[in-house]
Amino acid sequence: MGTLRGAGLAATACGRALSGWRASAGHLRSAPRASRRGAPVGRTRGTAAPSRAAAASSALLQADVLDLDEDEDDLEVFSKDASLMDMNSFSPVMPTSPLSMINQVKFEDEPDLKDLFITVDEPESHVTTIETFITYRIITKTSRGEFDSSEFEVRRRYQDFLWLKGKLEEAHPTLIIPPLPEKFIVKGMVERFNDDFIETRRKALHKFLNRIADHPTLTFNEDFKIFLTAQARELSSHKKQGPGLLSKMGQTVRAVALSMRGVKSRPEEFMEMNDFIEIFSQKINLIDKISQRIYKEEREYFDEMKEYGPIHILWSASEEDLVDTLSGVASCIDKCCKATEKRMAGLSEALLPVVHEYVLYSEMLMGVMKRRDQIQAELDSKVEALTYKKADTDLLTEEIGKLEDKVECANNALKADWERWKQNMQNDIKSAFTDMAEENIHYYEQCLATWESFLTSQTDLHWEEASEDKI
Amino acid sequence: MEQASPDLERILQPAPVEPLGHHDAGLETAVGEEAEGVRDDERPGDGTMTENNFWLKKIEISVSEAEKRTGRNAMNMQETYTAYLIETRSVEHIDGQSVLTDSLWRRYSEFELLRNYLLVYYPHIVVPPLPEKRAEFVWHKLSADNMDPDFVERRRIGLENFLLRVASHPILCRDKIFYLFLTQEGNWKETVNETGFQLKADSRLKALNATFRVKNPDKRFTELKHYSDELQSVISHLLRVRARVADRLYGVYKVHGNYGRVFSEWSAIEKEMGDGLQSAGHHMDVYASSIDDILEDEEHYADQLKEYLFYAEALRAVCRKHELMQYDLEMAAQDLASKKQQCEELATGTVRTFSLKGMTTKLFGQETPEQREARIKVLEEQISEGEQQLKSKNLEGREFVKNAWADIERFKEQKNHDLKEALISYAVMQISMCKKGIQVWTNAKECFSKM
Repeated sequence: MGTLRGAGLAATACGRALSGWRASAGHLRSAPRASRRGAPVGRTRGTAAPSRAAAASSALLQADVLDLDEDEDDLEVFSKDASLMDMNSFSPVMPTSPLSMINQVKFEDEPDLKDLFITVDEPESHVTTIETFITYRIITKTSRGEFDSSEFEVRRRYQDFLWLKGKLEEAHPTLIIPPLPEKFIVKGMVERFNDDFIETRRKALHKFLNRIADHPTLTFNEDFKIFLTAQARELSSHKKQGPGLLSKMGQTVRAVALSMRGVKSRPEEFMEMNDFIEIFSQKINLIDKISQRIYKEEREYFDEMKEYGPIHILWSASEEDLVDTLSGVASCIDKCCKATEKRMAGLSEALLPVVHEYVLYSEMLMGVMKRRDQIQAELDSKVEALTYKKADTDLLTEEIGKLEDKVECANNALKADWERWKQNMQNDIKSAFTDMAEENIHYYEQCLATWESFLTSQTDLHWEEASEDKI
Repeated sequence: MEQASPDLERILQPAPVEPLGHHDAGLETAVGEEAEGVRDDERPGDGTMTENNFWLKKIEISVSEAEKRTGRNAMNMQETYTAYLIETRSVEHIDGQSVLTDSLWRRYSEFELLRNYLLVYYPHIVVPPLPEKRAEFVWHKLSADNMDPDFVERRRIGLENFLLRVASHPILCRDKIFYLFLTQEGNWKETVNETGFQLKADSRLKALNATFRVKNPDKRFTELKHYSDELQSVISHLLRVRARVADRLYGVYKVHGNYGRVFSEWSAIEKEMGDGLQSAGHHMDVYASSIDDILEDEEHYADQLKEYLFYAEALRAVCRKHELMQYDLEMAAQDLASKKQQCEELATGTVRTFSLKGMTTKLFGQETPEQREARIKVLEEQISEGEQQLKSKNLEGREFVKNAWADIERFKEQKNHDLKEALISYAVMQISMCKKGIQVWTNAKECFSKM
């Protein structure tokens, strides 16, 4: 495992990167805004000491942006300690809760400081005796020190993306992982690999990786790095590591059992979040359907329009006095037809993918909520066990302590990521709909210009004819 | 068949005898109007009127209302039908004020009767068509129901248009039956039937026969028939596709209305985005509902095209009449030629043509010279009669061609003018639709950008 820069404030399984720390080549570059600094981690381990930590953090928060030295050392030390960095297990070991101060941290993206550029392109079909599948070329360009080189090119298939997503979810169960495009689209699919489907998927995969790259925590995830850089064999051997199938199954069973206990003790803010997610999910799904339907209607309108113009030309063949007018109308209709095509393309590029991504996000969010609830349920069950069992009280108490930290960490991670997600959602939705409106304005402006120029030409002719008559 | 039955007096002011070339611009305005109770109020005192529109100068005709009625039909069964109120106003010359002179109710079948009468008595005229009996070229929102108020409204306008066209036709306007149609409510049907026009009508079979067997029709009429077929075919096609386009356009607009509802619901859970979403949603509703007016306007455009679709049939009727007359003429000429030949053969004794008489003579013995003389005499009389008939048929035919062609020229000018205006009005509609679209989406964009 390479050094983990900046992102880790807590060597926890539940979540990292509660601040926008970035680092490269051994230096810690802080977030430009002081308020975004997270707490320096790892200063204390063990039980929580919130008040002390809070005091320290507020001091930190007020500190000047450039005054980083002491943090830097801590972080360096912390980050070199690889054993703490094992993010790929559900380790209940957690450091403490200077993390409570994470409440005040916000996640924001830093486009100016982007140092990881990823493109997904060149889908290629591979045929083996067993199956046919598509791989996508992934090019990564980076200036980060932890990458061995500044440019990488690999090929990945959809399964590999699924693996990556699974790993991210494991490592950060309460972070909002970007959604992957669906495995299959049942409706309206004739073959799995038609061009439109592949192109839509390629774009979505591109978005997926870039969203991870932009996420202040996920961008430093080790599996992510391996995904981007490892050659095929490396990747498959790496995939084989990690908790085995049985242990994963065991965890799932436990998780299900826990979730059956219900969410009676869900904190208020998460209740609100849950309500929001439910309604948001409903609405975004509806908007997705509506938008798809609009596209379909526009397409059918376009198909009919294609036939409409030429009829006027046909007519003009038998009307020598109306040739000008009829062919003028035909030409206007054809131009409007082209404008419709453009409008459709705009819709399909700007609006539909964004709305659809948020449909998938809403499913993702529900999963995140569940996982958070599970973590809490684990704690609750232990607490309940404590009140009934007398034996092993000490052990239980210790476990509960760790679980409490885990829960707190999970909650804070989610809260912070939630704010970030909401902000992004607002921006994305706003810009998608604004673009759609712009497309429509442009469409109508084009059509208007066409018809107006036709009208002018006709009335000019009219004046000409009228004046000729007078002569 | 006469152009205007001499025994029917013209009751109104004198009209010029020759039809003029230009169609009245004023009529177009009346035709194009969509408002309810359309009147040609703009007409009086309008200096652009040409002489052949004396009717419109002096008389205003409007079909101002439609009413659902129930009554008993010929078989004493209850039926529901729509009656239309026709109001005629005479315009006082000096001050342009109009006075209601007549007002009566007519139903569609009476209009049909009037038209059928005109077709029989004016076969050389391209008789204006009636609006469609049943709704055709409907797209999904339009009803095909004859009782549907929108259909009734459009039919009302179409019937008014028909009356105005007849009234502005230099020859048709002078017809007494037409005058009575506007003025005599009761008993009009009987009056029409008393003219016996149904009997005068050419049988369809005869006309069809003529079409196939005429040898030398006037080339212009053949071309005209061809033209009318093309006109009918292309306008039908256009109307069909237009209806489909309208359907699709309706779909696009209406689906956007769903955004309105969902945005509104969504805005309830959003703090910062809420206002923008809500107001954008409102604009989506506006957008969705704007299509109704747009398509209603387009429907009137479609009606204008439909009129010329039906005019194609009127053109064909004139062509058929010509064919019939020509066929008649050819038959008469043929008959005359064969009689002449018979006569000649009898006179000279040579038998070149087959005749039954000749055959029987051969079989049963020669006829006497007296008999032969008698027969020749009969034939000569027939020939002389035939020559007279042929002459008059020829004259008739030529008159017909001359008059018909004059009306066709008039019709052509009218058609070019009307269709051009219709197409331009279509452009105007499109422009208006685009402007509305720009406005709504600009507003929506503003709301979105404030989210």
